[in-house]
Amino acid sequence: MNYRVLYFASLRDRAGRDEEQVNSDAKDAQSLYAELQRIHGFTLTQARLRVAINGDFASWDRALSDGDEVVFLPPMSGG
Amino acid sequence: MSDFFLSETPIDAIALARALESSAAGASVSFEGWVRDHNDGRAVSRLDYQAYVSLAQAEGERILVEARARFAIVTARCAHRIGSLAIGDLAVWVGVSAAHRGAAFDACRYIIDEVKQRVPIWKNEHYAEGESGWLHPDNTPVE
Repeated sequence: MNYRVLYFASLRDRAGRDEEQVNSDAKDAQSLYAELQRIHGFTLTQARLRVAINGDFASWDRALSDGDEVVFLPPMSGG
Repeated sequence: MSDFFLSETPIDAIALARALESSAAGASVSFEGWVRDHNDGRAVSRLDYQAYVSLAQAEGERILVEARARFAIVTARCAHRIGSLAIGDLAVWVGVSAAHRGAAFDACRYIIDEVKQRVPIWKNEHYAEGESGWLHPDNTPVE
């Protein structure tokens, strides 16, 4: 399936891009992150991230659909 | 304009505070977060905020809705800067009005604490010696 993945903060720096289209067999966000972690060498573990699917927070094991926008959110540091 | 907003340009705290005014309010509390020239023992020269804008907007609005439900307040608003900021710049502003001061203080504290934890905004500090680093909430570098 094809996913649109957005990157922010340290993940953006490490991936060297703001976003990418990913063709993957991953069925949920945790598998997708594991795959992208290997590709880009992300050092942040999944336990330190939250995930958003199609613009809202979601659980890591929610089934993904073709065309979903998936965003891995590093620990936040606003304020 | 929404009661929570992200701004790429300087926040006008005076105008925002004026918008809290209400004949039902006997108290107003506001919080300002400023860019500090040091963090964790290092000299900071400037910082950048990056945001996942659509979700930051939605989550910020949810926090204000929660604050109105939890505390006896009249209005609550919050503005957060994104982009590049200099030392002394206003980074975040929270303002609350209420009939009485207790609820105004409590709601203001609640909003800023929740914003820092839940709104997808990230701070990249640029240090005087030239390096930079993304922070997470306990103020240690992410990588």
